[in-house]
Amino acid sequence: MRVSGNDMCELIAFTIGDQEFCVEVMAVREIRGWTPATPLPHSPGYVRGVINLRGVVLPVMDMSQRLGMDRTDPSQRHVIIVIQTGSQLVGLLVDSVSDILAVAESAIQPAPDVSREMGRDFVQGIIPIEGRMVCLIQLNALFGSIESEAA
Amino acid sequence: MDMNEIKDIFFQECEEQLAELESGLLRINDGDTDPETVNAVFRAVHSIKGGAGAFGLDDLVAFAHVFETTLDCVRSNKLQTSSELLKVMLKSADVLADLTAASRDGGSIDKSRTSVLVKELDAFAKGTPLPASAPEPVKQEAPAEPAPQATDDSGFQPVPFSFDGFEDEAEAAELPDEAIAGRSVFTVRFKPRSDLYAKGNEAVLLLRDLARLGDLQVRCDIDTLPPIDQLDPEGAYFSWLIRVETDKDEEAVRHVFEFAEWDCLIEITPGSDDEAFSAPTAAGEDQPMAPVPFDLSMLEEEPVVPAETAAAVVVPIAAARPAAVAAVEEAPLAPPSLPRAEKALAAEAEKKESAVAAVPAAPQTIRVDLDRVDRLINLVGELVINQAMLAQSVVENETGGSSAINLGLEELQQLTREIQDSVMAIRAQPVKPVFQRMGRIVREIADMTGKNVRLVTEGENTEVDKTVIDKLAEPLTHMIRNAVDHGLETPEKRAALGKNPEGILRLTAKHRSGRIVIEIADDGAGINRERVRSKAIENGLIAADSNLSDEEIDNLIFHPGFSTAEKLSDISGRGVGMDVVKRSIQQLGGRISITSKPGKGSIFTMSLPLTLAVLDGMVVTVANQTLVVPLTAIVETLQPEKQDIHAFGPTQRLIAIRDTFCPLVDVGHILNFRPDLANPIDGVALLVESEGGGQRALMVDAIQGQRQVVIKSLEANYTNVPGIAAATILGDGRVALILDVDAVVTASRGHALSSEMTLSATG
Repeated sequence: MRVSGNDMCELIAFTIGDQEFCVEVMAVREIRGWTPATPLPHSPGYVRGVINLRGVVLPVMDMSQRLGMDRTDPSQRHVIIVIQTGSQLVGLLVDSVSDILAVAESAIQPAPDVSREMGRDFVQGIIPIEGRMVCLIQLNALFGSIESEAA
Repeated sequence: MDMNEIKDIFFQECEEQLAELESGLLRINDGDTDPETVNAVFRAVHSIKGGAGAFGLDDLVAFAHVFETTLDCVRSNKLQTSSELLKVMLKSADVLADLTAASRDGGSIDKSRTSVLVKELDAFAKGTPLPASAPEPVKQEAPAEPAPQATDDSGFQPVPFSFDGFEDEAEAAELPDEAIAGRSVFTVRFKPRSDLYAKGNEAVLLLRDLARLGDLQVRCDIDTLPPIDQLDPEGAYFSWLIRVETDKDEEAVRHVFEFAEWDCLIEITPGSDDEAFSAPTAAGEDQPMAPVPFDLSMLEEEPVVPAETAAAVVVPIAAARPAAVAAVEEAPLAPPSLPRAEKALAAEAEKKESAVAAVPAAPQTIRVDLDRVDRLINLVGELVINQAMLAQSVVENETGGSSAINLGLEELQQLTREIQDSVMAIRAQPVKPVFQRMGRIVREIADMTGKNVRLVTEGENTEVDKTVIDKLAEPLTHMIRNAVDHGLETPEKRAALGKNPEGILRLTAKHRSGRIVIEIADDGAGINRERVRSKAIENGLIAADSNLSDEEIDNLIFHPGFSTAEKLSDISGRGVGMDVVKRSIQQLGGRISITSKPGKGSIFTMSLPLTLAVLDGMVVTVANQTLVVPLTAIVETLQPEKQDIHAFGPTQRLIAIRDTFCPLVDVGHILNFRPDLANPIDGVALLVESEGGGQRALMVDAIQGQRQVVIKSLEANYTNVPGIAAATILGDGRVALILDVDAVVTASRGHALSSEMTLSATG
């Protein structure tokens, strides 16, 4: 979100393993605890299945596996970040939500030019915060390929 | 309410009028001679014309005018109905529908078709023998409507309208005993019923229109006006006696009351009835009124006077009555001016609105945005799920003997079910509109193919969910086209076979065990099995030496890429015909089959769920997952015994059911829930009927029970999942997937599930 005059954006930061990521706060609809998902046949491995979000059938994506890391073994402490892109809702399974950040847009550095799929496709930029590094996730890239992979 | 909203309402009403028009014409075609049917048809066209005029839709007005003219000839018995005439009229109804659609959505329509029909209609109207003195059958336009366009070559002539006549009205009002030479005198007795006001008509406006024809003397009879305590504020109590002196004919006088004639008693007699005018009114307390020259200016300034419905509400009637009389007597004569006419129109529109709101119509209906109903359905779906969850947690927590909770829960369940049924009933609509649309399709195809077809519909009031209806039109259109194009023979051929040259297409809808069954039956040649067979072999669909039953051969026509049409036409037979139909019906959760008798005809039967919102399912367990199998697909369930299972090749297994062998399909394996095949003896087999004949036994681990489930789309937030039709939420709050039985059966035939689905997604 941009704050007039200062070009600030607000982000929600979350952790996967020992890495920190963030998404734009405006895309986040809610954050809820993990509940067992119903697996979908013939889906990519990172699609953990669907859960009931107050009557809405919500697909849940394992962010760790999506970013090319290990498959998450979810427990009660894991959280699902419910994201809205376009008219669709998708849940992102992450380890925990760590922070809400307000960052000047100028502080976002371009993603480094590495060959790993994560760097190339999903990271929009990296943000240095108090010695930490937070990767800004490009949400559209995350979902754009579900359909083609599923089919 | 802005103009566009009003326009939207007009177009909605047009749809209804068009439906009325078509069904009326069809009734006449079937030999209905009730004059009220003709009237209804006429009214429909007239209303469309009137509304179109108000919105300046000139093309629509022009065509409706010609159509109406011809209809008027029928209505006044100047023109006999004949099958040729009705054919033209039905086509005209189609064109009228096209024009309406074009006016609504923009776009254009085939002008040549319109002009041909205009000429045909015109010929019918003109070809009528008319009495020497009778006027042209073409009627005058109502003043509010714009002049028809050039397409109107029906002999219509704009009537020059002059206000001059009114200036002499003061003199003319001196009750001339003799009509001015060349003018005729009519006496009009006009008694509105309350319906007239309820429909937004207004006696004053009618009188004003009448005044435009010539000189008027008007007397209002208020004798029937009851005391205030007995007065129905929406009743109609006044009647008028009117002496018209005009150079127009009786038809013109009658035309003024055209919009109103069903809602009032109207009697028009040539000549003057001076006696009636001079007679004192029956009510003794009233002064005998002198015939009062009717003044137009007063009408706008004191709209309260003749508008008795309004007056009765606003002022005490005792005061209103003398005031009314006084106003009539004192008001000066003034010619009406055009701005005033506009004002009056606006007032009329306003009144129409309030009158419509107040009228107590017999079966009241409201128009509701479909989105609102959908939202309600979704909420009820949530309620059903929540109620189930609540019930389950009560059981789990074992509040045990607490009868109050259980009793309350039971009642909640009942209420929920009732609410659900009621909400579903809101969406339930008769299939009539779709069936009616088919009438047009049949006519068009019959024209194109030179065949003679009569469409007979039955059970058109059968109700089914709106979403199903909306999706019904396309496959139905396709099948009807197919039936006329391929099914029925040409009239010559039929005659040669000793059949009635007119082919009959029967479209039937009925409810059967919780589903709607729609049949399309033709009395044509039936399926030529020899040709279907050889074609299938030619196309490589079946092996040359395969042994197929008649039923299996018939069902080959649903196979993708199959078409028996010898010549490809625009109508059907592009080789994508029936498989497309079958697929769209399957997407609705329906089934289609065909039975055919050579020489006697074919019957296509499709069975569809009544709603797409809920489904009766069998809840089963497969590889620790809960799945729902649509109950309609299941023929029977059975517990396989060891000796019934037979290996067939390396991986296939067959199960023996009463001496027939049926392929066994491991659902868990095919959905990739487990890598290995399960042992059939540990599970339960669901015998399912798949499309295109043939049974399969679906292996599941266990059956949990039967339940009605609310269907949730997977596509809304995700994408199409192969082998899965949709999702639902069960009593424990978890999502369960609904099995797509046909996809699973198809997959078991050796097609990979995912590639099959990709094909259907792109195709």
